[in-house]
Order: sequence, then C-alpha cells, then structure tokens
Amino acid sequence: MLDACGLKSLDDLYSHLPAEALFPRSLDIPAGKSEYEISDYFKQQAAKNANGYASFLGAGVYAHYRPVLCDVVVSRGEFLTSYTPYQAEIAQGTLTTIFEFQTMVCQLTGMEVANASMYDGSTAVPEAAMMAARVTGRHKFLVASNLHPEYREVLDTAARNAQLHVEPFGYDSKTGTIDIAGLESKLDKDIACVILQSPNFFGIVENIKQASELAHKHGALLVVVFSEAVSLGLVEPPRDADIVVGELQSFAISPSYGGPFAGIIATKEKYMRQIPGRLVGETKDADGNRAFCLTLSTREQHIRREKATSNICTNQALIALMATVFMSVYGKQGLRELAEQNLAKAHYLAKGLDLPFSGPFFNEFVARPKGRTPEEANAALLEKKIIGGLPLGRFFPELKDSLLLCATEMSKRADIDAVKEVLL
Amino acid sequence: MPKTLGKIRPHLTQNESLLFELSHPGKTGYQLPELDVPAVDAAEALGGENVRTEIEHFPEVSEVEVIRHFTRLSTWNYGIDLGLFPLGSCTMKYNPRINEAVARIEGLAWAHPYQPESLSQGAMEIAAVLEQYLGEIFGMDAVTLQPAAGAHGEYTGIMLVRAYLESQGNPRKKVLVPDSAHGTNPATAIIAGYEVATLKSNEQGMIDPAVLEAAVDDTVAAMMITNPNTVGVFEENIVKIAGILHAKGAQVYMDGANLNALVGVARPGDFGIDVLHSNLHKTFSTPHGGGGPGAGAVGVKSHLEPFLPTPRLRQANGQWTWDYNCPQSIGRVRAYYGNFGVLVRALAYIMAHGGPGLRNATLDALLNANYLRAKLAPYFQIAYNAPSMHECVFEDTRQESKGVRTGDIAKRLIDYGFHPYTVSFPMIVHGALMIEPTETESKQELDAFCESLIAIANEIDTDPEMVKHAPYMTRTSRVDEVTAARKPIVRWKP
Repeated sequence: MLDACGLKSLDDLYSHLPAEALFPRSLDIPAGKSEYEISDYFKQQAAKNANGYASFLGAGVYAHYRPVLCDVVVSRGEFLTSYTPYQAEIAQGTLTTIFEFQTMVCQLTGMEVANASMYDGSTAVPEAAMMAARVTGRHKFLVASNLHPEYREVLDTAARNAQLHVEPFGYDSKTGTIDIAGLESKLDKDIACVILQSPNFFGIVENIKQASELAHKHGALLVVVFSEAVSLGLVEPPRDADIVVGELQSFAISPSYGGPFAGIIATKEKYMRQIPGRLVGETKDADGNRAFCLTLSTREQHIRREKATSNICTNQALIALMATVFMSVYGKQGLRELAEQNLAKAHYLAKGLDLPFSGPFFNEFVARPKGRTPEEANAALLEKKIIGGLPLGRFFPELKDSLLLCATEMSKRADIDAVKEVLL
Repeated sequence: MPKTLGKIRPHLTQNESLLFELSHPGKTGYQLPELDVPAVDAAEALGGENVRTEIEHFPEVSEVEVIRHFTRLSTWNYGIDLGLFPLGSCTMKYNPRINEAVARIEGLAWAHPYQPESLSQGAMEIAAVLEQYLGEIFGMDAVTLQPAAGAHGEYTGIMLVRAYLESQGNPRKKVLVPDSAHGTNPATAIIAGYEVATLKSNEQGMIDPAVLEAAVDDTVAAMMITNPNTVGVFEENIVKIAGILHAKGAQVYMDGANLNALVGVARPGDFGIDVLHSNLHKTFSTPHGGGGPGAGAVGVKSHLEPFLPTPRLRQANGQWTWDYNCPQSIGRVRAYYGNFGVLVRALAYIMAHGGPGLRNATLDALLNANYLRAKLAPYFQIAYNAPSMHECVFEDTRQESKGVRTGDIAKRLIDYGFHPYTVSFPMIVHGALMIEPTETESKQELDAFCESLIAIANEIDTDPEMVKHAPYMTRTSRVDEVTAARKPIVRWKP
C-alpha cells in the first residue's frame, strides 16, 4: 500500500506537518488491554456504584422496566452502525422508524408535528424558547420556578449568551402548582413564551388550559415541558400548548448516570418550519413506492449555515428507536396500564405521609420526613439498602425539610412499606 | 441487469407496513406484574379533566409483530457492520461490541445521576480517567464531558471564549470561520451571540495567513478552525495562524471532527489551539446509531478552565466529588453530567488501543486515505494537490462534462454495495466527493471500493444516462426529496 502511495514508510504519511506541530513523545496511556481486561475493569468500577439497592429517586430520571425487545432491536448492526440517513435509498429502516417516532410523539403529546428527537429534555428547553422568540419576534421568557432546576440552568446558560432574558415566576406554596396570579402580573407584550412543566418538578399536574389562555391573551406562546413520559399514558396531554418539549428517558432508556437520553420537541403545524433539528418526511421513490427521507433541511445548519434555526446536527436516533420499540411493545393499552400502576404505587407510598403540597400528583411527590431531616431519613434508608428521595434543599432552600420521592411499577410493596416506616 | 455487481447480489427483503397500519384493537405485546398495592381511581387522584380517554391511534400490536417489524426495517439499512462507510468528516469506523457490553453492566447502566456520591464512585472514576486520557490526547489542560454532541461541544467552546474575553473586559463581536468549515461552525457562533465573518481559503484549500492577518482586529473573539480541514489537509501554517490570532487577543477554537488524523501524531494543544471539541462518536468509535447519540468532549488550556460548565469533577481524600462552586463557570450546558453511556464506550476504546495502539490506528487511517487517493487519482480530479491526511477529496469536473454529478456517482456506488462518500461538501470544492475510509478497512475492502468507483467512471464514459438514474439494485429506487420538502408529510394520519 505504501508503494501505491509512493511512500517509503508510515512516517512519510505525516512528514509534511510542520516540525513544531509534531508530538515528540508517546501518549501517556497504558498499553492496549484485552477484551477480558476491559470487561473486568468496568465491572470493578460498576461494583463501586450502588448495586442491589431499591431506589425512590425520580427528579427527571426514572426507573422503569426495559422490555428485552428494546435492546434486541437497537443492538442490530444495521441500526447501531448506520449514520444519519442522508442516503435515503439505503437508510429506509432508520427513516421509517423515525417517521413512526415522530407520529407517536404527536399522538402522545397532542401536537401536530414532532422532530426526529433532541439531545435530551434539558437542552430541548432553550431550543423551544429560541423557537418561540423566532415566531413572536420577542426576547423575554417567563419560566416557572417548579421547572426541573437543571433544565432551568441549561436555559439560563443559553439565554445569557444569546442576550435573551429569562424571568422566573413562582409556585403556589399550598398546591405546588404554578402561581397563576404571579404569572399574570409578569405577562406583557415583550414575552415570547411562558415555560412550565407538567407534571412539574414536584410531580404535580398543572392546569395547562388556564396557563395557555393567559399566555395567548398577551400574544405569547406556551411551552410545556415534561420529564416523566409515562405520565402521558394517563394524563391529558398539553393540547393547548404551542410547543411541547420533554424527555423520553422513561421509555426503556437506562438511567446510565444521566445519559444518553432522548428529548422531543413537538408543535403545531403552522410552526413546522421553525422547528430545530432533523425531520423525516414521506415521499415516493422513482417506482412510485412509499419512501421516507430527511426533509425541510433548508432550516438546518449544513444548508443555511449562520441562518439556521439551530446548530443541531446530531439527533438521538438510536435512543429514539429504543423509545419507539418501547412504545410499540406497550402500545395503547399497555402504556395506560403502566401509568396506572405508577399512579397506584406512588399514591400508596404517599398515603399518610406529610405532604406540603395539595396538587394532584402522578408518580412522584414532595414529602416531609417526621422527626428527621431528609438527609437523616436517607441515611436510615441506606442501611436498609434503599436509596431514598432527593433532598430538595439543594434546589429549593424553602423546601430544605422535604424529599422528592418517586415510585414506579418497579417499586416493590415491601420496599415502599420500609420507606414509609422511616418517613412516618 | 447483471445479478451480481461489485460486492452485492440482490436478495429477498420483506415489505412492511407502518406500525399504525399493522395495529388491531385489543392486540398487546406487554406484560406487567400484578399490582401489589391497591389500585387508584385516576379521575379521583388527578381530577377528571386531567385524565385522557385514550392515546388516539397509538399502535396495538403483538410481541412477534414488534420484533418482525423492526427486524424487517433493519434489513433496509446499510451500516458499518455490512461494509465500508466512507463518509468524509464522519469517521465511520468499526464500533467494537465490547463497548456495548460494558455500557450495559448493571451498576453503570442503572446508576441514577442523583444517587449519593459515595455510591457513584465507579461512574465518577470512569469520567475522571476519560478526562485525563482525552487531555493527554488533545494536549489540553482540562476537559469537560458535559456536551451531548459535536455541535453542542462547539457551542460550549464558543461560550467559554466569550466568558474568558468578558473576564478580560470585552467579549468582542466576531467569530472568523473559513469558507471550508462545517455548517455547524457558523450556526454555533450565531447562537452564542457572535457575528460570523467568513474567510476565503487559498488555492490549496488552506487558510491564507495574509488574508487572516488582514481580517483580524480587536473585534475578533475567535477563529473556528478545523484541522485537518474539511478537504483533509493539515493547515501547514497552523502555528503561524494561532500566533496571528493570539497577537490580536483572539482565541483559537478547533473543530475536532477530524481528530482521527492526529491522535498520537500531533496534539492541538501543542500547535496553538486554546479550545477544541472532539466527537467521541467519530474518533473514539462510539456508534452513530443512525444519527446519535454522540458526545462532544471539550478540551481547554488552563486560562479557560475556570469557565468550564458546572459541575466539575474533583478528588478529595481519595473520593470523587462534584464541585458546584465554580463562580466563573458559563453554567450548565446539559442536565446531569453528559452522555455517560457514550463516555463509557469511548474509554473502553481508548483502553483497548492504549497509547501506542491509538497512534497505529491514526497511521492506518492516513495510509488508507492516501491509498484511495493514489488509486482513484487517474479517474477523478483531486481537489487540491496538498498531501491528504485521513480523507481525500475529489471534484466531479471530469464527470460533469458527461452530465453526471457527484450525487449521481454516489447513488450508483450504492448499486455496487457501498455506502457513498460525503456528497457536495465542502462547498468550496466543485461537486465534492469527500472520502474517509478510516483505519478499520482492509486492503481488500479498499480495492473493491476503488474497483467500483473506477467501473462507475467507465460507465459514465459509455452510458451516463444510466448512472444518472441509479440506484437500481436497492429495494427503494431514487427517493423524491423535492416533493417531500414541497409537500411535507411528517407524520402518519389515519
């Protein structure tokens, strides 16, 4: 091969690089390891993490059973080792699944158009906000303070750099839902959108209709965020929203210490050309057969460059596929039954506990341990091999006496009873 | 049509409807355990107005239908597991399956981001070791693993530049981008609040120091450079270029999409780069999965470290901990700590190769690209004479005289059993064929690829019309993308 290239040695391949750019030594990384050694290393690291604990953590990342078929499908090399489907003729598998994904996201959320997925729920929030700014020509966002705090931080980072203004509005300390009067007082003609989460960070279902009427009265869009996708099996979707963004981690995506996950963005048809990221559309091939391809790419960076709707290039195709298989396995009936089990487990856990908020909750809620701090309660639970809830003081100083607890279909009654015993 | 062409022979594939068309009321494919707590009335618990009646038209299919559906669809795809995938700038290398296996180990896959740090030490150690190895490979002082993808890493990098310059008193106004850059570069600069000024490449496809010198003033915050650039050429004046920018107080950002050409051979940190991102799904072999997930680690020199996204990984008394007290940080760019599952795979790749192995992989990638260039140069017009690194770029001028363009050649290549190269990018090349074989490929696979492209070059001489309507061997013939964009149908409707 060197002969064909007219070269004498491998070193000739880079001999044209300026001498001062060449790396004079070897990389300080241990010599290559065998498959067994690598497997062993990661098993040893995994052993230092929580193993064999029951967990009642939610807060944006949920423990749901992952049907075996999900990994079977995404492990197929034809899906795993393919690229963004630019060459439609040999990517119909990926394109068809994305079209199904977009459709199911619309069905779940009550929206008309959804894209091929976003990095995750948190990064989808600023994308929705920027989209609202493009649609309305306004530059201020009103954000509910019971939005996932890390989503809020991601929005703040993005807004600061784009010279956009984020203004928080509070929550009702009795119900845990957004403070409607507070929202109304802050709405004016500069607001591009109102951003709220439902179920919100406290697990409570918000009144979307009311928020939407208020936002629309002032010419602002309503952006509704969700982090627990299973809720959509049972809870009325945010049909009155203009943009819905959320996190699909609940749909067969392992918690994996926080990622990779898959976010969604969905909207009304009239805003389709303002949506960021990849979109798959239906068309025909030269023989008249149904076919799919990436479409409306004139919105995107590789065509529009500095005029693009977003700099997003990657979506989360494989993770979105995992979620698509999950939605197919559970289907219409299964997703509802799954949601009902989550509701039942969480309400069983909550019964009798000291709950500071009265709003209706789905599978997580805020509770005050009796006679102990949240940290003390969690320490007591750890001794029973249970990871308790998230102490809220870290994000909400006013709730430093409270935990955010989550129960799912995987929470066993005996573990739930053990938690109640410590919190009561 | 002959039954065999290149390395393929047609075989049966199954037709398959959409899930919604397969659906029948009452069919199910799931099992849930018996509920071991009392059932709850949803309307009572949530309020009747908050309970949906049903998910309209959501699929209802059996387990067998699900597996057959997705298996049939998978056979309509091409992947690296089937053969060479020479997409330039995409680094489609083999995805070792050990990486998939270790990412699924229960203690890693089921780690919750909010579980106590004392029960997350393994995950944190993995992240710390990867930060250290990437720092060594980049020649950088600090690394963040938080960005979720390459473009997200770019965005993080430019925000770091802004925060640093702000701390120096003036964030400045402009970002310079060469006309050969990936589209994400200018799009990123804009969303990070900068204006974009495009810099024209010289006749070698490189940045011209004289042109740069004239363009840099104290309004320039940074230049975004891809090195090797998108024509696969190492910017021979890179040290000088960095010097020009630094002399005017501007930062040098490197798009690390093409880092596969450099690992173990040259380090961005040693040739003047202040900040770069690396696509772990390219250079470090994590699977592309049909378009994601990726990860976009960002490396910086020490003067940018205080601005890295929060939280930062630290060690105290032998324990790893997340440090949220980073007052100069740009803030968070993503919830939690990044695409951890992707990071696990990238670390497994680095460990499997080790330092010497990584360098060998680089040399093989360079050799493969130069071999393709040498074999194809008699048939296709090389875009620039400068030596190629990990990819080679041709233009379609010779074929255009017969009315055949790069996009047509790409479609015909599919008939021969290969995924096409990157088509029509970079835009500074007339009808680009941008070919990146990676180190994965054997001489045999490369020869088969060259023979196919040469056969197509001959077909263009004798029967250009035939080539213009390819592909013929695929189950789907040429897809009408124009109609898709004109009348967008982006969801199934009953």
